[in-house]
Amino acid sequence: MQVTSAIREPLITGGKTVHDVSEDISRQVEGKPTNLWKMAFGISFVLLAYGFYCVCILLWEGIGVWGLNKTVGWAWDITNFVWWVGIGHAGTLISAILLLFRQKWRMSINRAAEAMTIFAVICAATFPAFHMGRLWLGFYWALPLPNTFGSLWVNFNSPLLWDVFAISTYFTVSLVFWYIGLIPDFAVIRDRAVRSGHKMRATIYNALSFGWDGAAKTWMRYESVALILAGLSTPLVLSVHTIVSFDFATSVIPGWHTTIFPPYFVAGAIFSGFAMVLTLLIVTRKVFKLEDYITIYHIELMNIVIIITGSIVGIAYITEFFVAWYGQVPAEFYAFSNRAFGPYWWAYWCMMTCNVISPQLFWFKKLRTNIAATFVLSIIVNIGMWFERFVIIVTSLHRDYLPSSWSMFYPTMYDVGQYIFTFGLFFTAFFLFAKFFPVINMAEVKSIVKSSSEKKH
Amino acid sequence: MDNNKNFVVGVFGDEDVLLHAVPAIREKGIKIHEVYTPFPVHGLDEVLGYKRTRLPIAAFLFGLTGTSLALTMQIWMLGFDWPMIIGGKNFVSLPPFVPVTFELTVLLAALGMVATFMIVSDMKPYKWPRQFDNRSTDDKHIMAIDLADNKLSKSEIESILKSNGAQEVNEKNFE
Repeated sequence: MQVTSAIREPLITGGKTVHDVSEDISRQVEGKPTNLWKMAFGISFVLLAYGFYCVCILLWEGIGVWGLNKTVGWAWDITNFVWWVGIGHAGTLISAILLLFRQKWRMSINRAAEAMTIFAVICAATFPAFHMGRLWLGFYWALPLPNTFGSLWVNFNSPLLWDVFAISTYFTVSLVFWYIGLIPDFAVIRDRAVRSGHKMRATIYNALSFGWDGAAKTWMRYESVALILAGLSTPLVLSVHTIVSFDFATSVIPGWHTTIFPPYFVAGAIFSGFAMVLTLLIVTRKVFKLEDYITIYHIELMNIVIIITGSIVGIAYITEFFVAWYGQVPAEFYAFSNRAFGPYWWAYWCMMTCNVISPQLFWFKKLRTNIAATFVLSIIVNIGMWFERFVIIVTSLHRDYLPSSWSMFYPTMYDVGQYIFTFGLFFTAFFLFAKFFPVINMAEVKSIVKSSSEKKH
Repeated sequence: MDNNKNFVVGVFGDEDVLLHAVPAIREKGIKIHEVYTPFPVHGLDEVLGYKRTRLPIAAFLFGLTGTSLALTMQIWMLGFDWPMIIGGKNFVSLPPFVPVTFELTVLLAALGMVATFMIVSDMKPYKWPRQFDNRSTDDKHIMAIDLADNKLSKSEIESILKSNGAQEVNEKNFE
């Protein structure tokens, strides 16, 4: 018996039953990895290995191997940090905010998006960590630990310290939220292994599922935990990029010292996060043959989020520029006209094209339901968002108050290598996740099979 | 007969059938041991007569602990243990303490609530759950009825389960 809504498009196509959901999603966990998977994993691992070499040189020689100079003290490292943290916003937004809004389309995509969030936040954290130079002393600089400097504590008035707390809390809570969602699905794989006689697999997945029993009482508690975690994560998601923006907004550097930063950063984060979710899911659904679960309708809805957040970002760019002129502070207006027409004009116009113009193409239904167009645009959006952070950070710093200090930033191979390192880390982790963990939340999808699945023809 | 050993197990294939079956079976005076479902079935806890979980209270208390811990830590460290002049500002002022306080509140509430959930539900990595029918994680809803808890005979319970839409009725005996 299946009931299909007359007004909403089905979220699951192909006339799937509850049993089909277990079959389709567990298949890639239980089977041998395909050649395509091995190739993709191999490429990511090579990137990771090359990046690891660059990181070792960095630790051995010090921060001097990067292209930073006295004027531009933050460049690729912090750009990449903000970029990865931004990407890490979509997962928890999808699973928390869309859960509170009872958006059922989140159910097919939340697992992969949350995994992406966790790996992106790990990648982000490597940049400030390595930027400290002596990584092994970082704990004393970042956490309020008793120490031999007479218990000189960390400075709780500093937004950089708030960032430490914000990002580590966000990481921990997202990880817990993601894992809580995985528990019933690990039990599915465990019981399938018991039925097919794979003892070792059954033991491993039972341990991963914490001995899940699926009792009505456990489900009641579980749902309550999920709802409260969603409620806690919602302000958390919004706080993380707000606090990242405080790193800039509480300073007195022209171009950074703006009150518009928190909402503008949060919108940009959701914008780039959804773009990355699309990039990954378009590949994942193809490789694992999940077209019936991650449908064109899901892709269209995510593209709509991209239009909205992309337009907010566009308005923020224009507002910033307008206020810089209207406010009549010479340093501020110089910072902005230098962004658009100074030596970094190409970065600024690249950002404007990728972030303001390209998402507007999604107003055409043909484009936002076209997979190839979505894939290309999702990558363009993330290129644009990288340039946004580069423009904000480098153009504001490279024209110092004293013209004798003016300079340019040129990345070295170690700047690039550190970025490659995080790409390797991200994709290696994502491919391992996609092979060994169920990429779609089976329990949640099963609960909507009856109401939102396409009827069998 | 001892408790928790001999069970009649009803297998249901549809959540709506199950939701109607539970109150009907309970009306007959049968005590249901537990129902195992592959996904959360909304309203099942109500028809089974479960009280609402008190986990939200636990979360609130853990959150409150986080708030007070964060405030105490920051005020003591910067105000009393090692006061420092930073930008000519007060040693103790609340606005800059808000972000860290908020983060620690959320962190402790989330971790504390999840730990409480795991403890009260007796979830451990090395524990195997007692399963009546392991298709309950695939697509079947499994209702377990303890024979020792009920006065009715096995065949009577079986026929009541059948008449309320159970696809199969099995027996499960534990040592």
